[in-house]
Amino acid sequence: MTETLVAPSRRSTAQRVVSTILTSRESAIAFVLILVVAAATLNTKSFLFSEDGWRDLLLTPAILLLLATGQAVVIITRNVDLSVGSTLALTAYLTGRLFVDNPGIPIVAVVAIGMLAGAGLGLINGLLVALGRVPALVITLGTLYIYRGVVLSWAGSNRINASDMPDGFLSLGTKSILTIPVLTILALVVLGIVGYYLRTARGGRELYAIGSDPDAANLYGLKVRRRVIGAFVLCGALAGLAGVVYAARYGTISSGAGQDIELQAVGAAVIGGVAIFGGSGSVWGAAIGAWLLITINRALPILGVQDFWQQAVVGALILGAIVLDRVLAARRSRKLVEARDIA
Amino acid sequence: MKFNRRKASALGALAISAALVLSACGGSSDGGDKGGSGGSGKSVSVTFLPKNLGNPYFDTSDKGGKTAVSEFGGKFSEVGPEKASPDAQVPFINTAAQQGINALVVSANDPKAIGDALNEARDAGTKVVTFDSDTDPKYRDLFINQATAEGIAKVQVDMIAKQIGDKGDIAILSAAANATNQNAWIDLMKKDLSANHPNIKLVDTVYGNDDDQTSFDKTSALLQKYPNLKGIVSPTTVGIAAAARYVSDSEFKGKVQVTGLGTPNQMRKYVEDGTVQAFALWNPEDLGYLAAFAAKALVDGTITGKEGDTFKAGKLGEFTVGKDATVLLGDPFQFNKGNIAKFNF
Repeated sequence: MTETLVAPSRRSTAQRVVSTILTSRESAIAFVLILVVAAATLNTKSFLFSEDGWRDLLLTPAILLLLATGQAVVIITRNVDLSVGSTLALTAYLTGRLFVDNPGIPIVAVVAIGMLAGAGLGLINGLLVALGRVPALVITLGTLYIYRGVVLSWAGSNRINASDMPDGFLSLGTKSILTIPVLTILALVVLGIVGYYLRTARGGRELYAIGSDPDAANLYGLKVRRRVIGAFVLCGALAGLAGVVYAARYGTISSGAGQDIELQAVGAAVIGGVAIFGGSGSVWGAAIGAWLLITINRALPILGVQDFWQQAVVGALILGAIVLDRVLAARRSRKLVEARDIA
Repeated sequence: MKFNRRKASALGALAISAALVLSACGGSSDGGDKGGSGGSGKSVSVTFLPKNLGNPYFDTSDKGGKTAVSEFGGKFSEVGPEKASPDAQVPFINTAAQQGINALVVSANDPKAIGDALNEARDAGTKVVTFDSDTDPKYRDLFINQATAEGIAKVQVDMIAKQIGDKGDIAILSAAANATNQNAWIDLMKKDLSANHPNIKLVDTVYGNDDDQTSFDKTSALLQKYPNLKGIVSPTTVGIAAAARYVSDSEFKGKVQVTGLGTPNQMRKYVEDGTVQAFALWNPEDLGYLAAFAAKALVDGTITGKEGDTFKAGKLGEFTVGKDATVLLGDPFQFNKGNIAKFNF
């Protein structure tokens, strides 16, 4: 007789799909997001039902969505990348400089260079973490300051202004296809590819295995180092892309661009159900978490909540998400223990 | 003392040429040197020491200073550190003092850190004028103030009143909630509005923390929350650029006026595309011009820095020294479609 710890579900596929959707972390967050949008729209109709309101609802989260996607991949491997805000600043400023110093440079080339530069910075993080065997928290805290220092000394008090960048590039920041902003489509495509890879590809599943138990993954023969470095490179490249998007969207880049956004990215991933100790969660959750964070920030001023409380609400959300994680994890392990005892 | 000064000025002439060569290497514009007549004692030598070199704002103010110096036939030079750190200006002040420069025009990176060096220079006979950023008054002979809080508040109220026809809802997009300057200006603007513009209603004040992204998102929230909004005033350069960027490609372009304090380079695009009619700041070129003339007046002995002293500053006319040895440039300067092309800072 084959021993299984937990018996397979006797319910039909359809039932299971419905219950998964109803009980999944992602849909809980999505539900909160819908509540927030509904509350803001009831208060101010134009939050959803005006051209700008609809556009902002979709467009504003695009940058954090990219960062949260990359961050989720890194966190799943039981690491963290705190340097993404500085990486974003570096690549955003680089984007501006490319346009200033090379008039007529194609936009595609700028996007590619931005992503490559971000990937390079991510590679440094990955190498230091994987080869140095130092916790990623410490390494990326260091590179957070180093990368920011590089931007500060490079940009100094100068800033890139909207008139320094070509109109074709800036209009990317607002252009829409079928009322969906181009930058949002870009972020969603990236999200889709990464999410598909994590869910179905061998490499993606190995990231979860590494995050669940790095030592076991090592013993099992997984290429832990290479996978971790790969996760950091991906996270860096997405931060680089976010930098380019930042330049297109905001049109002004100073050395302070993207300060503290790394914490929002981590927060988005945690709210979206990515366990901070790795091994579980999905980029879908992180993406919805990013959407929720940004939308709450946009909705609370409309609802007349003051600045201080806006940040407090975000803090409460993060705490709530972590408490929920602990409760769920405790319940799951209790059930597994029960199942073992019965067997 | 006399003997020392002659020796020093001869040395000074040498050192100035050296400084000119050096500063030319640093990429800054070199001064119009009229054949090294340093020994005559008539020509006033003025050295500009901005916070840092390669900063378009100070390039503009130093250009004004250079124009002024060549108008009164003096010798101009510009030196400065690469980075605006608190004590980076000290070696340049020491060098200027050793060169026996007649007047040093400084924008201080720190109100105290360069104080001792400045006082040493003054003991050696160099007059010290601060502009843009002051030191503690005991370290300088004169401060050229770019604008007063009242002037800054008034010009912003005047601009928005003119742009929205003196009627309707407006909001303020400020820097941080605890920013001292902005809060002082906002208080004065509120008083001005309630006293002189009863039909303009200030509906909200929001804070973008001088962050592009936050200011941008706050603008979007303002426009959604107050559908009848006619104007946004942003008394901070980051805020006004972010607000203009948002409005420029939204349905509110042309319907909601954006104004406040900004720099021409940041605002050029939005002025040209019609989002912004006018915004204000002082004119750094005039500021440098005035500082140079004030320096000459000090060297000539026309003024001593006493309250009530008056001097002529070329095309800008006559100025009077105010309290605490301060000279006010005047009302802030308004930039609009007609004049923005002339400025690059």
